[in-house]
Amino acid sequence: MIDEKFDAIVIGAGPSGNAAAYTMAKEGLKVLQLERGEYPGSKNVQGAILYANALEAIIPNFREDAPLERHVIEQRMWMLDDASYAGMHYRSEDFNEEKPNRYTIIRAQFDRWFSRQVRDAGATLLCETTVTELLKDGKGKVIGVRTDREGGKVFADVVVLAEGVNGLVGQRSGLRPEPEPDTVALAVKEMHFLPRETIESRFNLKGEEGVVIEAIGTITAGMTGTGFLYTNQESISIGIGCMVSDFKNSGISPYALLEGFKNHPSVKPLLAGAEVKEYAAHLIPEGGYKAMPSIYGDGWVIVGDAGQFVNAVHREGSNLAMTTGRIAAETIVRLKRTREPCIEANLAQYQQALEKTFVLKDLKKYKDIPSFLHNNKHFFSLYPKLMSKAAQTMLRVDGVDKITKEKEIMSNFRKERTLWGMVGDAFKLARAWR
Amino acid sequence: MSTAADYATMKVESKLFQNRYLVDSGKPHIKVRPHTEPSAGLLALTHVCPAGCYEENDRGQVEVTTDGCLECGTCRVICAGTDDIEWNYPRGGFGIQFKFG
Repeated sequence: MIDEKFDAIVIGAGPSGNAAAYTMAKEGLKVLQLERGEYPGSKNVQGAILYANALEAIIPNFREDAPLERHVIEQRMWMLDDASYAGMHYRSEDFNEEKPNRYTIIRAQFDRWFSRQVRDAGATLLCETTVTELLKDGKGKVIGVRTDREGGKVFADVVVLAEGVNGLVGQRSGLRPEPEPDTVALAVKEMHFLPRETIESRFNLKGEEGVVIEAIGTITAGMTGTGFLYTNQESISIGIGCMVSDFKNSGISPYALLEGFKNHPSVKPLLAGAEVKEYAAHLIPEGGYKAMPSIYGDGWVIVGDAGQFVNAVHREGSNLAMTTGRIAAETIVRLKRTREPCIEANLAQYQQALEKTFVLKDLKKYKDIPSFLHNNKHFFSLYPKLMSKAAQTMLRVDGVDKITKEKEIMSNFRKERTLWGMVGDAFKLARAWR
Repeated sequence: MSTAADYATMKVESKLFQNRYLVDSGKPHIKVRPHTEPSAGLLALTHVCPAGCYEENDRGQVEVTTDGCLECGTCRVICAGTDDIEWNYPRGGFGIQFKFG
């Protein structure tokens, strides 16, 4: 396919692959990036929130021309029962800063822009090319890839697997196991288009300001999962996701769940009159630290979703993807400079460097949370219901005295989840959070 | 109040209609292993697949039509460790082409 040998081949043109390819190309390495989609972004799905910090470390002046939608000035955390939401909103003028911290983005557009920067830095990009397997030498060191193009072999000193959550290439080569249904979430999402002014008046926004809503509660029908609603310039991204194992056992269709969320009385008016232009689905690796595969070996490294780099508790993924891509690339650049081979012993520096960043520190901190939430589904259904009932009891002025109302609230909680159950929940959550 | 269960009968086709696909005619990227009785995993796919690609035919066997596939990989995860389905990415350039993602 291509006769010349590359310093590095990057599989995939999402955030982690682009971060890796950009970092290596900018330092003068000969980089080939392979993407199976028609264009970078055409196979990629995210909510999507961009965390500026991770991108700034790669392209400091990205704000000048990256396709950003709105910077987030308000975060709403909702607990929904069938009729209500209880929640916490945080909105601050401080988020209207010169260099905002979080933006909503539309991935197909953002990924195209990021890919343009990668090519401008000197990397070669081949789209419409699916990698089918890794090529190894007699000793098992990865020396290149085979693609579905004619004569599809290409060789390189190192292969960066940035192939996303499904990670077929890595699995088929025995580098990582297949994901388990209880370590991945399935999210479905729609793009709802509305005039800019309508979005701004509905969400109390001006200019480029944006709002993010994250929701848990009866919308997931007892399954472990969350809903989200993000404001873009002229559209709203709305979606909902639950663990694949829960979907399997529940008999509920993801699109039925999405319809339920869209039609919740607190959500429906926000979408009224919108034109839907796309329906997407995507897996999110949510197994955390304990589900992480080995991320380096002889001639290969794994970055981004393929390595389970997602902090499900804080809804962070693309920043972990970009950071792992950048740090893997920096390791490879360093080895090139010192003329050391990309073998396992040397690529171990990638993991060592990651240990010092928020990526592995956060994943370790929350290592027990995925199984905790998986085994305590009442956090997603019972508590939101009880919160709503409690709020209503206190807010309704009906001649009943407040002591009686407080007793009624406590008795409701005890009836549904015994005092010891609640104490146990608080204790278990604190222990998993620590 | 409407709940997810109330929408269980809704059809997903109207959603997929919004999307852009380049279908690789005659080359489905997912195949179901021929069977007489479907496994629990295969049956689950008839409701879990977010694109509704899996359907039970009138003989009770589960069939797949990949034209509307969103390439999420859910069926692959559910059938992991079995040989119920054979899952590949579409040929380079084919399949779903997300406009927004």
